[in-house]
Amino acid sequence: MSQMTAEAMKDDLAWLPKGRQLMKGNHAVCAGAIRAGCTAYFGYPITPQNEAIEYMSGALLDVPNGIFLQGESEVASINMVMGAAAAGRRVMTSSSSPGISLKQEGISYIAMMELPMLVMNVVRCGPGLGNIAPHQGDYFQAVKGGGHGDYRLITLAPASVHEMAEHAHLGFELACKWRNPAMILTDGVIGQMMEPVDLDAIPVVDWKKPDWAMGVNRTGRKPNLVTSIWLDPEDMAQKHLEIIDKYERLKAAEVRFEEYMCDDAEVLCVAYGSVSRAVMGTVRKLREEGMKIGLLRPITLWPYPYATLRELAKKVKSVVTYEMSWGQMIEDVALATRLNPVPLHFVPRHGGLTFNPNDVETPLRAIYANPQNSDTLWEIS
Amino acid sequence: MSDAINELRAEVPLPQEGFEVVYQRPHSLNDTQFTYCPGCQHGQVHLCIAEAIDELEIKDRMIGMAPVGCSVFAYWFFDFDFISCPHGRAPAVATGIKRADPEAIVLSYQGDGDLASIGAAEIVHAANRGEQITVVFINNAIYGMTGGQMAPTSLEGMVTSTSPRGRDVSIAGKPIHVVEMLSTLSGVAYAERTTAHDPKGLIKTKKAIKKAFEYQMEGLGFTIVEVLCGCAINTRRTPKDSAAWVGEEMNKVFQVGVFKDIKEEG
Repeated sequence: MSQMTAEAMKDDLAWLPKGRQLMKGNHAVCAGAIRAGCTAYFGYPITPQNEAIEYMSGALLDVPNGIFLQGESEVASINMVMGAAAAGRRVMTSSSSPGISLKQEGISYIAMMELPMLVMNVVRCGPGLGNIAPHQGDYFQAVKGGGHGDYRLITLAPASVHEMAEHAHLGFELACKWRNPAMILTDGVIGQMMEPVDLDAIPVVDWKKPDWAMGVNRTGRKPNLVTSIWLDPEDMAQKHLEIIDKYERLKAAEVRFEEYMCDDAEVLCVAYGSVSRAVMGTVRKLREEGMKIGLLRPITLWPYPYATLRELAKKVKSVVTYEMSWGQMIEDVALATRLNPVPLHFVPRHGGLTFNPNDVETPLRAIYANPQNSDTLWEIS
Repeated sequence: MSDAINELRAEVPLPQEGFEVVYQRPHSLNDTQFTYCPGCQHGQVHLCIAEAIDELEIKDRMIGMAPVGCSVFAYWFFDFDFISCPHGRAPAVATGIKRADPEAIVLSYQGDGDLASIGAAEIVHAANRGEQITVVFINNAIYGMTGGQMAPTSLEGMVTSTSPRGRDVSIAGKPIHVVEMLSTLSGVAYAERTTAHDPKGLIKTKKAIKKAFEYQMEGLGFTIVEVLCGCAINTRRTPKDSAAWVGEEMNKVFQVGVFKDIKEEG
């Protein structure tokens, strides 16, 4: 092959992740992010998300103007993200629970600065060092704030490897549309599992620096300021009102969920992320036996599908929440159903243990037979 | 505040014919009056920075990091893009900005609590990576904004609100010498300590800051200028005595001079 032919055949977009690939979730999220215009990543190693930082350490070097840097800590990494976001990049970081705790300072600032960025939390079992097994114990931290102050994160809960890539794109789109940080809340099941991903289905975004960003070429404009401090309470109150208004509009516009066989259901299951996969399989199986059971899978954990859940709960005899935690999302289920009380059941897994089919099915059969099944009945206490 | 000054200016028109402007406020500062306390040198150091930027004609490339501390509102005074950083994290934020926008000239303006205490990891690693940024490090040996607590740079025996019997080195260790420490790192292109307590020191400070920016423009590596300043209010001194204390006591502990110059080393 002559040199010219080789040149002619050279693919200018060789760096772009494409095609149908068998991938780990931690890789898929990065591939999706790069297609979505992400050109910068800052992070720090922590299990079980090391595949993400490793993928980016190579892939971003081939992306035009790509930046990869392994920060000295999670604290430094999130602040590097802050800088790159302020300079107008689509930038992401990823970590796991203890590391996400360290990033909370920066996330709080980024929320108040109204900077878009994407952070992935591949949740492991805590508190403390805990272990590296899958868990959902960071739900409150993700959807109720996490860092100091009154703010919300757009929180996405993918349930498949393909959805990891999709949610990287969706996360950036929502973060940039609303100028708010977005989080992908997942766990080691989705992060480590390999599944087919259709990367060509993920939109390619050619991201341009927005007007509000800081940077060179500012001739003829006033200085851009990125800050989170309003010393005068009157000014701060005004800023709060603006952000609250944004959150309310965001809540009205961006709720996403999946309903599975809910139409005539007598028992409604609620589960997100990897847990929803186990529940969906059981619902399918029990439907074949004629049992009227459905599943609501929240895709956005914030904003949460309260309205949908409220309407669905009106038609069922009981609602059962599956979570790998002591009970966090179930408080949002209780909030959603507070006006038309229906028996709420809670089926947890602890310590990093995942749901086997029997862990889903056995309590579900008992609840189906008796909506007041005392073994699983849950009340606010 | 800015409007008030403009009104005053409008009332007192500058003479036109036969006059030329030989000294004026640097373009890199806006019209806002400094809000710093009497006896504080933040304002003078801001002026040094602004004059250096004007002389190098890099105002339109500047991005500043405001720290947490008395200079948290540094962006009130400078006329270029700024970001207000979490406490101590300015070198990490600066890293993200400079890498995202390599044409920018990045200034990280930090105090001693911000840089040498809570932000010690960020400054060391930014320096070690040779980030193409310029750090102006204000060392006044005390926490100013929070009301005079002991800083990592407080002198031995120095009375502060959290060392009421004087800094006891058996409890708190000795004052940390930042530019000496950072000058051992290969990523550092320029490290100098100057003092802002007198005109001679301010002339050297401006020269050092200008040199640091020039090194950044040439892409030589990380640059830092540590400036010894006084905090008259929190050290309970008059502005005059505070300046004298910097010149005498602080200078004994923190030697001024160039600790690293990559060009001098060849």
